Amino acid sequence: MEYVNPEGLRLDGRRPLEMRQLRAEIGVVSRADGSAVFEMGNTKVIAAVYGPREVQNKSQQINDQAVVRCEYSMANFSTGDRMRKPKHDRRSTEISLVIRQTMEACILTHLMPRSQIDIFVQVLQADGGTRSACINAATLALADAGIPMRDLVTSCAAGYLNSTPLLDLNYVEDSAGGPDVTVGILPKLDKVTLLQMDAKLPMDTFETVMQLAIEGCKAVANYIRELLLENTKQLEFRRGV
Amino acid sequence: MEQRLANTWRLTVNEKKFIETALHSDLRVDGRRPFDFRELTVKFGREDGSSEVQLGMTHVMGFVSCQLVQPYRDRPNEGTLSVFTEFSPMADPSFEVGRPAESAVELGRVIDRGLRESRAVDTESLCVVSGKFVWSIRIDLHIIDNCGNLVDAANIAALAALLTSRRPECSLGGEDGQEVIVHPPEVREPLPLIIHHLPIAVTFAFIGDENRVVIDPTHFEEGVMGGRLTATLNANGDVCAIQKAGGDGVMQSVIMQCLRIASVKAADITAKIKKAVDSYNTERTLRKIKRQPASVAVHVSEPSQTEVKELSKKHKEKSMLKSEESQSDDMEIETQFSEHDGTTRRDSSSKSFVGGPSSWDPYSKGVDFDELQASLASRGEVMPVEKLEKSRHDKPYEGESPNLLADSAAPLLAETTETGVEIKREKTLKDAVKPKHKRKKKASSNTDAS
Repeated sequence: MEYVNPEGLRLDGRRPLEMRQLRAEIGVVSRADGSAVFEMGNTKVIAAVYGPREVQNKSQQINDQAVVRCEYSMANFSTGDRMRKPKHDRRSTEISLVIRQTMEACILTHLMPRSQIDIFVQVLQADGGTRSACINAATLALADAGIPMRDLVTSCAAGYLNSTPLLDLNYVEDSAGGPDVTVGILPKLDKVTLLQMDAKLPMDTFETVMQLAIEGCKAVANYIRELLLENTKQLEFRRGV
Repeated sequence: MEQRLANTWRLTVNEKKFIETALHSDLRVDGRRPFDFRELTVKFGREDGSSEVQLGMTHVMGFVSCQLVQPYRDRPNEGTLSVFTEFSPMADPSFEVGRPAESAVELGRVIDRGLRESRAVDTESLCVVSGKFVWSIRIDLHIIDNCGNLVDAANIAALAALLTSRRPECSLGGEDGQEVIVHPPEVREPLPLIIHHLPIAVTFAFIGDENRVVIDPTHFEEGVMGGRLTATLNANGDVCAIQKAGGDGVMQSVIMQCLRIASVKAADITAKIKKAVDSYNTERTLRKIKRQPASVAVHVSEPSQTEVKELSKKHKEKSMLKSEESQSDDMEIETQFSEHDGTTRRDSSSKSFVGGPSSWDPYSKGVDFDELQASLASRGEVMPVEKLEKSRHDKPYEGESPNLLADSAAPLLAETTETGVEIKREKTLKDAVKPKHKRKKKASSNTDAS
């Protein structure tokens, strides 16, 4: 199948190095300490953060740092075929683990000993790149909750189809069976914290694809930073300072 | 959500500091350099498709089994491949009975991705009837002992098991030609799986504030590490999968450096696995020839047996020479075969054949499958001893394998290729009651003699 036509356009009309439209909103769940909705094109994810709060299961308490927990789930209506899926399948368990470890790396957990932070992410619409969208939404929610972090974590995926590196794959491109590289970076420190990849790719091609994904992450980081700045300004205005 | 912290074993501050400071001078607690792998041992069981991998003290067993199933609707002519992990609670204090922990799920997913997405196993060749019957390959990985770096060990175990596994041959039959007939292994030789390339997982750990990189971390180092990167590459240097699930951030250049190191290690490990599998296959074909029950020994005349022994001695010498040559490797692979059955005589002779000439494979050449089937059918259910007698009469009829006849042990061998087929079942039964049976046998032969 042709994923990039001769004019250099992808199936959804984007250029190979073009991202989908980003849209995000902060403070969407009123009871949560922090929450956000993050959209990448048709992918839509909602995240809520509770904490730092008392550890629910005392045996899990750590005396020098906070416990971070994460739960990822996909709404039944999020995909094309609507069906009831088992709650804890292997895929969502793995993504929960990945998101938890990624967020744990950027939260300053040693500042909040004997406490727990819960991150809940739910996919409302799935159109490829849910993993990236979840991480971006979780970052925003953590920032909204005012949890101290080393840096933002932003994530973006890239692929390689029809011998063209493509940024930010949608569902059709994702399920084409080609390589799919998901990268999560700490943009200020310029370090890679999350890297997941599958399918076969020669090493030098992999480097270009990873570079592309990192560029995508940086673009997401800029957007998130602007949004947070805007949000902070609004908060300032409301306080009447 | 998870009981991950319930029984985690933690390092003391002193231990952590010790590991970190030692790394400053490129030293590791077990005496390795940062980019040295631990010793790798690949063993195989008697059954096809079972492997046992030991990486340092980490111990993983792999089993491959297959089954005819209905394919997925979106992939009607592809077989399926699935990986299951079993974290035995005896392997580590943090492994608990019940639902698989996150780490178990991650391990399975990483290995699964490496094998499936890179199309290492040819799934299309597993199709029998499109949309109706395909072979489903199931890989079971049992963690026996966790001393760190389970992913690499489990991945090698999975590959070794896949390389030696065989699925029964099947054909279509029945009135409408849609019925699947699965030929039991006694009737038709089972087929090996088609494996295009070997994706080898290589794990790196990032330790300390400066993110020092070490390869193949032990469980001590896993207790200290800030992040982990598992790169799955094949011998051609293609990246098949990468997993770095959060943890400490590392520079992009470090990742590329890790990948380059990993590709060297992958080529190294591929060679080790191939070598182990080759000697297993040689052993397997030789076992085919030697497949004779203890009862045959009664019929066999003494001289031929001693001849075989002489032959085996020669091969022993040869193989010893060979193994001495291969001692130079830094990561030594010892290939051992767990021979649980047979009498000691059998055992010693078959072991000594390791590395013998490959022209000793008369099974495929010597016996025509159809003929064999026909002869099987004509005999029906007779006692094995009777069969033996028959096959002895059939001997001249069997003379179509020239390289066998040329050999001095030919009569014996030709006989076993014929009889081995029926005898297999009987032999496995014997395995179960080996010691008793043996004694009985001796007693009975004694009475016979008297």
